[in-house]
Amino acid sequence: MEYFLQQLINGVTLGSIYALVAIGYTMVYGIIGMINFAHGDVFMVGAFLALIAFLGLMAIGVTAIPLALFLVLIIAMLLTALYGWAVERIAYRPLRGSFRLAPLISAIGMSIFLQNYVQIAQGARVKSLPPLVTGAHVLLDDGKFVVQLSNIQIIIIVTTVVLMLLFWWLVAATRFGRDMRACEQDLKMASLVGVNTDRTISLTFVIGAGLAAVAGIMYLLYYGAIDFFIGFVAGVKAFTAAVLGGIGSLPGAMLGGLMIGLIETFWSAYFSVEYKDVAAFSILILVLIFMPSGILGRPEVEKV
Amino acid sequence: MQDHAENNARKSRLDFGGALKDAFVAALVAFGLFSLMLGVVTKTGSTGTLTVSPRPGLLATSVAIVFAGRFLIALIARYRGKHRSGPLVPPRITSTVHKLERFVAPALLLFALAVPVLFFQNRYLLDLGILVLTYTMLAWGLNIVVGLAGLLDLGYVAFYAVGAYSYALLAKNFGFSFWLCLPLAGVLAAFWGVLLGFPVLRLRGDYLAIVTLAFGEIIRLVIVNWQDFTGGPNGISGIPRPSFFGIPFNNEPDGFAALFNLEFTPTHRVVFLYYVILVLALITCLVTIRLRQLPIGRAWEALREDEIACRSLGINTTNTKLTAFATGALFAGFAGSFFATRQGFISPESFVFMESALVLAIVVLGGMGSQLGVAIAALAMIGGFELFRNFEQFRMLVFGAAMVGIMVWRPRGLVATRTPSVFLEDKKPIPASIIEEARQ
Repeated sequence: MEYFLQQLINGVTLGSIYALVAIGYTMVYGIIGMINFAHGDVFMVGAFLALIAFLGLMAIGVTAIPLALFLVLIIAMLLTALYGWAVERIAYRPLRGSFRLAPLISAIGMSIFLQNYVQIAQGARVKSLPPLVTGAHVLLDDGKFVVQLSNIQIIIIVTTVVLMLLFWWLVAATRFGRDMRACEQDLKMASLVGVNTDRTISLTFVIGAGLAAVAGIMYLLYYGAIDFFIGFVAGVKAFTAAVLGGIGSLPGAMLGGLMIGLIETFWSAYFSVEYKDVAAFSILILVLIFMPSGILGRPEVEKV
Repeated sequence: MQDHAENNARKSRLDFGGALKDAFVAALVAFGLFSLMLGVVTKTGSTGTLTVSPRPGLLATSVAIVFAGRFLIALIARYRGKHRSGPLVPPRITSTVHKLERFVAPALLLFALAVPVLFFQNRYLLDLGILVLTYTMLAWGLNIVVGLAGLLDLGYVAFYAVGAYSYALLAKNFGFSFWLCLPLAGVLAAFWGVLLGFPVLRLRGDYLAIVTLAFGEIIRLVIVNWQDFTGGPNGISGIPRPSFFGIPFNNEPDGFAALFNLEFTPTHRVVFLYYVILVLALITCLVTIRLRQLPIGRAWEALREDEIACRSLGINTTNTKLTAFATGALFAGFAGSFFATRQGFISPESFVFMESALVLAIVVLGGMGSQLGVAIAALAMIGGFELFRNFEQFRMLVFGAAMVGIMVWRPRGLVATRTPSVFLEDKKPIPASIIEEARQ
């Protein structure tokens, strides 16, 4: 029971990270119907920018950890958002109206480019940081097993919840959110009634990248080590989360992220760590085959 | 003289101000993008902790390059926009190129046949030739799935792996010969193709791509983790090398050199391998060309153009997709077992997602569906990769950028036209501009 509870906490933490990345996938799919294959790598870029920004701040004398982390959050979000914007502008926008597979192939190219760009710029070695946020609260202690909720886990879960609420408000109650929902329903019609679709799509990428940057920071803080390849597997898992929740649906992405985090944690805890990625990939295949519209998604209607 | 004056007049009309503005914005964005990533480098210090040091020179150079590049592109784009009169290449040159085109394929084939004769002394070039042909074969196999049937397969390397491991395990555990294992490996790979094909029949486009990617990764992860069977990350070594239909390539009295009264040299085996892969690749090409004439090939192409129309015309899309997957996988299996026998050692490292992406990039660059284009693309990509050997780390960077660039500037690949499979009198290529394949 204690073991289960501990795994539940770990799973929710991991799921929060996946959920933030999954939102980027689901938003982009909802609005232009393409899989942004490079999104996982944008997440990786975010983690790297956070690492560099943190080390840079330390070097210039900002040594108070809470202040430094807050600044890192701002810097990494802004710069990663710029990456998201640039990726859309360079690799996807010229392809709108091209044949169906073109954006996906271009996205794969972008993903390879970003991975190697980071590898060349910062080296292929794993970058590790000592734990910045320490301390934990003991929830249960029966003498054999101690259930802990660490401070970093609290930070991750709380930040995710706050960001999700903020994002929810953004989509539900602002001009941009209305534009975005209009584009999601019908891009051409939205542009006919005066929605600036290019700007809305750009903003979607920017926000998705910003959220991915936050996920990158959390990954960095939680695991303490990153390399240029983390984006691939994390990206596929976050995409699985988006599909599981129902692609195009925002609550679905959150729910899916949480579920994938839990499934992966419990699989590692009770079955085998080696096959945890196989489990995630298998879920992706199974969901797409038997439940292609996911848990909260709308079924896709095919029109001629 | 008149031309010269006209040129001068055009030059004076160039919009420098607008181009400068564009370039300035691009440089600003580039500064933002590169500021931390290129401007600062993280290093592991002597105590094991990470330290940072600035690289202002690199940052300034890269921003300057972006500025200059954007300036030139903006200038050219503005110039072309104003003078939208004609294509970049004059029609006379285009038509000459079209006339020469029919000689390209036979010339390439003759060259491929002659390579071992011409470069017998150059072991490096022979090895490179084998590599290029292996990728050509893989790309031709994938071309059936992606180019003809229009099913984007991102896990193609999984079948390559199945072929390689089938040969390695069968040859090592049961002592089967290469020529017995080759068809077996192909059949096994095709079986896996069908196995993957069945569940994903309902999926299309992007979803199909992601599922095949997941499938490819699962196969690789199983190979890595199932240590007793596959040797895990250490791979399998000591895979039997091929023999000349039973005659080994060694320095013994019953070896190849002695039997044919030749002086012994290890190059014999390399030349033999070269011709084996050449024949295998040509079989792939020939089968594809012939299949395109058969009902099944036409069904593939119809499926690529419009699946719903296909179904309404009574084409069995299930069988059509499954055969495409199986045929593609079959050739990947052949190529895989060739790879295993050539290397003598295989490990999961050779079957990562990057390989799938590389083969896909060849197919896309060549122009999906065009046999000749794919062959030229394989030569250009793999050969081009070798040119970059001294800049090892930049290879994949350029590769990724090229993939994006091709999609943006020439989404139909090198050979953008399409050969019709049905025609009335003469076989006129279908120009890219009228192909409306699977547009959204």
